[in-house]
Amino acid sequence: MIQTSNISKKFGKLIALNQINLQCSSGQCIALIGPNGSGKTTLIKSILGLIVPDSGEILFNGKNISNDWKYRSQIGYMPQIGRYPDNMTIGHLLKMMKDIRKHESIELDLELINSFQLNTMLDKRMSNLSGGTRQKVSAALAFLFNSQVLILDEPTAGLDPLASEILKEKIIKEKQKGKLILITSHVLSELDDLVTQIVYMQDGNLIFHNSIEELKLHTSETKLSKAVAKLMTQAQRNE
Amino acid sequence: MRLVILFLLYFFNLVFSSFSLIASTIYVGQKTPFHSIRQAVIHASPFDTIFVQPGIYFEHDLNIDKPLFVIGINHPIIDGQHIYEVVSIRASQVLFTGFKIQHSGVGTLVDPAGIKIYNVSNVTVSNNILDDNFFGIYTQNGKACIIKNNTIKSYGQAEQEIGNGIHCWKSDSMQIIGNTITGHRDGIYFEFVTNSIIWRNTSIANLRYGLHFMFSNNDTYITNIFKKNGAGVAVMFTKGVTMINNTFEQNWGDAAYGLLLKEISDSFIFNNKFTENTMGIYMEGASRCQMQKNIFKNNGWAIKIQASCMDVTITQNNFFGNTFDVGTNGTLVLNSFNANYWDKYQGYDLNKDNIGDIPYRPISMFSMIIEKNPPAMILFRSIMVSLLDKTEKMIPSLTPENLKDETPLLKPVKL
Amino acid sequence: MNKLIKYVIIDILRNKIVLAYTIILSIISFSVFSLEDNTAKGLLSLLNLILFIVPLVSIIFSTIYCYNSSEFIELLLSQPIQRKQIWLSLFAGLAVSLSLAFLLGVGIPLLCFEPTPTGLMMIIAGCLLSIIFVAIALFASVLTRDKAKGIGFAILLWLYFTLIFDGLILFLLFQFADYPLEKIMIIISGFNPVDLSRIIILLQLDVSALMGYTGAVFKDFFGTNLGFFVALSALVIWVLVPLQLSLYVFKRKDL
Repeated sequence: MIQTSNISKKFGKLIALNQINLQCSSGQCIALIGPNGSGKTTLIKSILGLIVPDSGEILFNGKNISNDWKYRSQIGYMPQIGRYPDNMTIGHLLKMMKDIRKHESIELDLELINSFQLNTMLDKRMSNLSGGTRQKVSAALAFLFNSQVLILDEPTAGLDPLASEILKEKIIKEKQKGKLILITSHVLSELDDLVTQIVYMQDGNLIFHNSIEELKLHTSETKLSKAVAKLMTQAQRNE
Repeated sequence: MRLVILFLLYFFNLVFSSFSLIASTIYVGQKTPFHSIRQAVIHASPFDTIFVQPGIYFEHDLNIDKPLFVIGINHPIIDGQHIYEVVSIRASQVLFTGFKIQHSGVGTLVDPAGIKIYNVSNVTVSNNILDDNFFGIYTQNGKACIIKNNTIKSYGQAEQEIGNGIHCWKSDSMQIIGNTITGHRDGIYFEFVTNSIIWRNTSIANLRYGLHFMFSNNDTYITNIFKKNGAGVAVMFTKGVTMINNTFEQNWGDAAYGLLLKEISDSFIFNNKFTENTMGIYMEGASRCQMQKNIFKNNGWAIKIQASCMDVTITQNNFFGNTFDVGTNGTLVLNSFNANYWDKYQGYDLNKDNIGDIPYRPISMFSMIIEKNPPAMILFRSIMVSLLDKTEKMIPSLTPENLKDETPLLKPVKL
Repeated sequence: MNKLIKYVIIDILRNKIVLAYTIILSIISFSVFSLEDNTAKGLLSLLNLILFIVPLVSIIFSTIYCYNSSEFIELLLSQPIQRKQIWLSLFAGLAVSLSLAFLLGVGIPLLCFEPTPTGLMMIIAGCLLSIIFVAIALFASVLTRDKAKGIGFAILLWLYFTLIFDGLILFLLFQFADYPLEKIMIIISGFNPVDLSRIIILLQLDVSALMGYTGAVFKDFFGTNLGFFVALSALVIWVLVPLQLSLYVFKRKDL
């Protein structure tokens, strides 16, 4: 569904992405992991078109995304840090987003709005929200349009355990509907029962992309977190 | 002098009226013995009256060479067919009134005119309509002639292709009253004309000057209107000019003045109105002139006074909305500005005597800059120029230090 | 697109600065007309307002707004919306609200006290200047990520257009005083929207002075229908060029 071939991106001297090839298909739930500054967010933003790669191309459903924008109607995106216009209320924001994407004849998915109880605070201004509530809003927006692809950048960071659990349930539910889900996260233990594939990145390089079973086999660990930790030390030793 | 003229006129009148008892009346028209005015004039005796009935008369060399009263009924047309001078008056005491004179010949050697007065006195030309003539009414060596209530119109395209509306040369004691002149080279032109009065004329849209005179001393100009003429009004090499209550309006152009005073002395300019001229008054070599109670409104430069002027007194005038109040070309100032009202004055009046407590400097720095560098006009009213002007007001450097009104008025002079 | 413009405008109106700007403009305009005894002086004060304050407020406000709405832009960018649309909506929203503020604050008093061609010309010029400086602000803010740098750059541009440019012209005029510069000046004035607007207004305000000397050259050019049309087109180009440039950069910008 999403295919990147040889994409590279430099920020000044820093190489953020180096010849990344990645293949994602629907029904997969891919965890994008790696140390800080390994290029995870850059990769995601490239897929979203927020960042324009220096070279290489990204195909969405077989179509090159450069100079295209319609494909984003099939993506729900939850940013790492949700930043919203300060003097908008949650209600306004939701209304505006619905308004902007109205032409898409899809059924709205209000489940998260309800379960996060965002309905009760529609009048609150975005500037007055706590980080957690903001994340809830981001999550709700990402799932709102029933998109075929969900890109979640550190979805559970800042969420309380209850909300985090609700979100995980939701992700699993959507995965079962056959959607493609891309998650980046630091908290590996959370991903255990979610993901089907692991992509490991370091210093802009894609080190490893495999199904979770293979990974566990490869590292002969049963826990994902341990398997990844082993992987990371291996990678460091190789340097 | 003028009294003497009036008395003489009165006396002549008495003499004429006694003559008229024996003088006869001649009619000119289709159904009368005389079909042309020229024949009638030849047959007439002095002091006869010739009535001309309506119609069109193609006359040539119409010489009125004896004292006659020639009166047109309902403006009969005398047509010069673009060849001849239409009417030539070569006798004193002629009255010529009520005609429409058109299509005089054209020529620069003989200066053909609609009506020309040759070397005579006490001629009255009144209530005529002059249309499309080379010169309108031309007087040479005239004395005590009256040119009154004529409408003079022409359609000149270039200065050299057209003569003046009312042209007087070497004349004396003339009265030019209530005429309307348009489309000629100069509306009214005086050269060597003395002791004359120009009163209530309207001179609009002439190619060069609305009024133009040179070497014409001791003349008086009252309540005339000069508007939209190519270069306004020019007054040169003359002394003893009195100008009262005239209007100078919309004389626009690169060398256009409401009033140009060049080498003028001992003159009095009172209660005139200068509106929307590129330059209200431009003075060069003027001396001993008084300017009082005039209004300068919305002119480019209200007064441009060159450094060659001296002893010009400018007092009790009102200045409103002029782009520049005063312009000059040097730092030498031998003239005085006193007790004028300047709308740009920003001073104060603590003792409430209606006189500003700090002097007003009517010359802005920028007007000096433009004087030196005309294209700088493109920067006018820009922020930078305003800043420069403000600084100059505080520390004068470019502008003449002693060109100032020490007693500026806070309220306009009541006129 | 229209929806986005609507949201931008709502957002701008919600922050009170534009409202305050409108009110201050109208207070100034009404007071210059009612305090001065003749409207000509009021017009001159307004001219300074149009040439000085309007560009300043337009460029600073728009630059700050651009930086402050980076979140909004980011949010929209992840939605199925063209970048071009987002940017143009931002421009349109700013242009509409700032020229609306100008129309309400200065346009209405001008129409009340000075319903003449001069007044009309000042309204046109003020509106165009508002819009031009919005476009320039967009360009300034898209060039750098750093808000402080961006605002500094915007102020520098404003200073250049209102002051430095004229200073350079004056310098050139005196350096090359021996050459006929009138026609060249007309072309050069096209390089500064503030000068261009000023000259268009000047032709109404100081027509008597402009009829003389070199003024006539300016009058002969800008005073004709063709010249006026050319000047207006130049002003429109001053909107389009910075806007296009900023759009070009924005389309390729990483966010």
